[in-house]
Amino acid sequence: MALVASVPIRPAAAKPGQILAVSVIALFLAIFLVIPAGTIIYTAFTEKGTGALTIVNFIDFFNTDLFRRSFFNSVYVSGMSVVWASAIALPLAVLTTRFDFRGSLVIQTLGFVPLIMPPFVGAVAMQLLFGRNGTVNLLLNDWFGIRIPFMEGLNGVIFVQSLHYFPFILINLSTSLRNIDRSMEEAAQNLGSSGFRLFRRIVFPLAMPGYLAGASLVFVKVFDDLATPLLLNVKDMLAPQAYLRVTSVGLTDPMGYVISVILIAVSIFAMWLSAVAMRGKDYSTVQRGGGGLSRRKLSRGESAIAYGVVALILLLVLSPHIGLLLLSFATVWSFSPLPDAYTVAHYGRVFGESSLYIKNTLIYASLAGLIDVVIGGAIAYLVLRTKVVGRRWLDWAATAALAIPGVVLGIGYLRTFYGITLPDGTPLATLWVMVVLALAIRRLPYALRACYAALQQVSESLEEAAENLGATKQRTIRRIVLPLMTGGLLAGFVTSFSTAAVELSATLMLIQSNSDAPIAYGLYVFMQSPAGRGPGAALGVIAVIMVALCTLLSHYVIERRQKALGTAK
Amino acid sequence: MLKTIAAAMLMSAAFIVTAHAQDGGKVTIVTSFSKDVTDPFKAGFEAANPGFTLDVQNKSTSSGVKYIDETKVNNQVDLFWASAPDAFDSLKSKELLAKFTPSVTGLPEKVGSYPVNDPDGFYFGFAASGYGIMSNDRYLEANNLPKPAEWGDLAKPEYFDHVAIAAPSRSGTTHLTIETILQGEGWDKGWGTLKGIGGNLQQVTERSFGVPDAVNSGQTGIGIVIDFFAFSAQASGFPVSFAYPSVTTVVPANIGIVANAPNQAGAEAFVNYILSEKGQEVLLEPAIRRLPINPALYAKAPEGFPNPFKDPRFQSMITFDSDVSKKRTDVVDTLFDQLISFQLENLKGATQAIHAAEKALAANEQPAARALLDEAKALAAAMPITAEEAASKETRDAFTGGEEKTARQAELEQKWAAFATEKYAAAKAKAEEALNLVD
Repeated sequence: MALVASVPIRPAAAKPGQILAVSVIALFLAIFLVIPAGTIIYTAFTEKGTGALTIVNFIDFFNTDLFRRSFFNSVYVSGMSVVWASAIALPLAVLTTRFDFRGSLVIQTLGFVPLIMPPFVGAVAMQLLFGRNGTVNLLLNDWFGIRIPFMEGLNGVIFVQSLHYFPFILINLSTSLRNIDRSMEEAAQNLGSSGFRLFRRIVFPLAMPGYLAGASLVFVKVFDDLATPLLLNVKDMLAPQAYLRVTSVGLTDPMGYVISVILIAVSIFAMWLSAVAMRGKDYSTVQRGGGGLSRRKLSRGESAIAYGVVALILLLVLSPHIGLLLLSFATVWSFSPLPDAYTVAHYGRVFGESSLYIKNTLIYASLAGLIDVVIGGAIAYLVLRTKVVGRRWLDWAATAALAIPGVVLGIGYLRTFYGITLPDGTPLATLWVMVVLALAIRRLPYALRACYAALQQVSESLEEAAENLGATKQRTIRRIVLPLMTGGLLAGFVTSFSTAAVELSATLMLIQSNSDAPIAYGLYVFMQSPAGRGPGAALGVIAVIMVALCTLLSHYVIERRQKALGTAK
Repeated sequence: MLKTIAAAMLMSAAFIVTAHAQDGGKVTIVTSFSKDVTDPFKAGFEAANPGFTLDVQNKSTSSGVKYIDETKVNNQVDLFWASAPDAFDSLKSKELLAKFTPSVTGLPEKVGSYPVNDPDGFYFGFAASGYGIMSNDRYLEANNLPKPAEWGDLAKPEYFDHVAIAAPSRSGTTHLTIETILQGEGWDKGWGTLKGIGGNLQQVTERSFGVPDAVNSGQTGIGIVIDFFAFSAQASGFPVSFAYPSVTTVVPANIGIVANAPNQAGAEAFVNYILSEKGQEVLLEPAIRRLPINPALYAKAPEGFPNPFKDPRFQSMITFDSDVSKKRTDVVDTLFDQLISFQLENLKGATQAIHAAEKALAANEQPAARALLDEAKALAAAMPITAEEAASKETRDAFTGGEEKTARQAELEQKWAAFATEKYAAAKAKAEEALNLVD
């Protein structure tokens, strides 16, 4: 991203180490992203029958009412989702970082759980609660004779998407808020600013990198997401159109790939726009006061209001998971506000197999998260701190991964790596490592944005000081930059890890045997039959708890670190 | 952290090794069937054929076909196992299936009027499935709706916004249902029925199981589904009913051996097992409930279980011509998408206006208004192409990426969509005019 303009950069020539880093990352992205996706997307530029290069398919795209309508719907839904997601995330982020609020840790974790929406079961649970004949509407209809179309049309998509993706804003904004130097706030207070004005003029602008990182992710993610519109049966949006066309049997329609290209273009444009918004502004703070913003104590009344707001928001955003929990204990749940009866049999059914799924998921998702943080951190550093040629291309390529439908990447991997055989005769594409790499590529943009925001808040003068004192570049990175970025790196890891843990679309193509399967695949296998609904939900609950525990653990680590920093001062 | 990761990597390395340490008797099967179906078959097969292990890879039918196609250079899959015959046709035409003669003999050649096996021996029917109407009893009761019995019923005004269907382009089984209606009622009348039902749709789902799922949970009242979805839901305790309309067909769900199977012997053993009496009996388990292809098994079936070999309903079912179907598959699916799925709002608007005018006219018959209403109905039912055009080479080539340059699929789609938008708007206007005349 063109963020380099934010701080006057020393005109340092590219060092061999930096060139090496760029080459290695470029090679990685080329092999595991550009080439596999390119082999598929190439179709978009070929002419039917002759195979000659052409742009006629793009002209067709803009001549088709359906695609034009889909395009505008997608833009509208993404924009509105950002607005609503911000409305949910802002109060939670501010309350937990600016105030002495008990249970901040719980809120930070629970507020994160919505990202972990297991495929299929999450959808069923949402329908059972908010659908046309879900719990809420059945009760409303009984009491008042009305129904609210939560889950219908574009507004339904906006509703579900903001509940699902607001954690992107929450986690990035919270990290930013924690990183703001207390002295900034104190200076403003000394000058007579307080309350909302202080927040609006000082605190929020300083947290801007985090907010923009989150908001742009929400926009792009919603723009490229196909699962939610499809579960609500909204088909006139771009991502579902691409998916429907790419996955139909026997069709050799280039339009699916044309749409993929357009999704990629819009995603990169949105990221570029968020970078432009930040251009010429400096968000870094020099002194590390430790412990971030000062935490104000709430009065009894304020405290009651705060708890009320938080409880309300959490109830809303966690409702899909409450539904999921009910579903996992339900015998039959059909056209009634609550299940007919409860049982634990579903857990018994999945118990034997789930340990294998959990083990696979943890391995795949943590390796993918780790790869993402390393590469994301490296790209962020290269773009923000160096002038190496091609650094922005790395950023754009990594961001484009967000817009490539998982199934396209999956097929691309099969095409690229299936011909390569291992010594024992099995194709390379069938190795479980490929699943990890596919997941890492798919989730790289999340970690990248978090690393970006984290690095933007670290002032370069700290690094300069270290270098003036004789530290080498490597040593500076290791001793100064990395420690200061820890929060952001962890945020990136957690986002990548938890979303990779429930990813299905690319893995479905690459999983070769049940013993290699992650939990999302196990869920998919159950969710194809009426009797499998309960066990599927049980597996979903297990997945959510597992990922939430890992998240809780990493938050605990952050909090402890922050406290340690605070007391050290 | 690093230690944990190292441990994780070691662990995973260990399980990869164990996964490959099996005795060469691994039979790999790609299937669209759920765990409820595959688990009992796996258990039964492994018990009946010691030494073999069945490795089930679950993929949707369309990704399964794509997967086998993409991996043919170094095929690792022994069997493909799914419902929709068109998926097998597609595999067969790409030469991805192997010929085989099962050792099990004495099975019927036809179920209803559909041949059980591929005439060339590339794939075999192992169970029969009929298409019909599934409904949620609680939903119908709460909305005071009678149980629908025929396709035509679903077009009635009282079912407005209560029906769900899977898009035929996404669900091979729904495609066959649509094709059955088109063949049974003829192109124009059939599309009239389909659009009538289309106007009452609450949702068009993108996967077959989406419909029974919505009916089971009561999100929608009525769904057009394949029979076993309803039977297995009933067996799981859901309050749902099922009816076979008179214009329907039973078609076989199939299994086929993939060309160049790494474990040909194992693949053959599984096909023989699934066609054997023991294998067929598994189909009757409550969570599966599919109609066995072996007529002898029906003696063991539960009370009320339909028997396509005896039941007179099935004998009168129409002959399904798979050649006709094959020729126009893509065209029919795309027409459904462009005229119904992606035009749902417009079609529903027109349908609602027609229903309103119909109701008003029933109370106060007026010839002028009746004429307008008939015009409106004709407009709503109008088709952009005829049956002959749909099966013509020019149209088909647009979808298959043929050698010659023809119209592009996107051009045809836009033409048909524009046609539909215009006709539905005109139909709505006429129907409203009719209503105004009566009022």
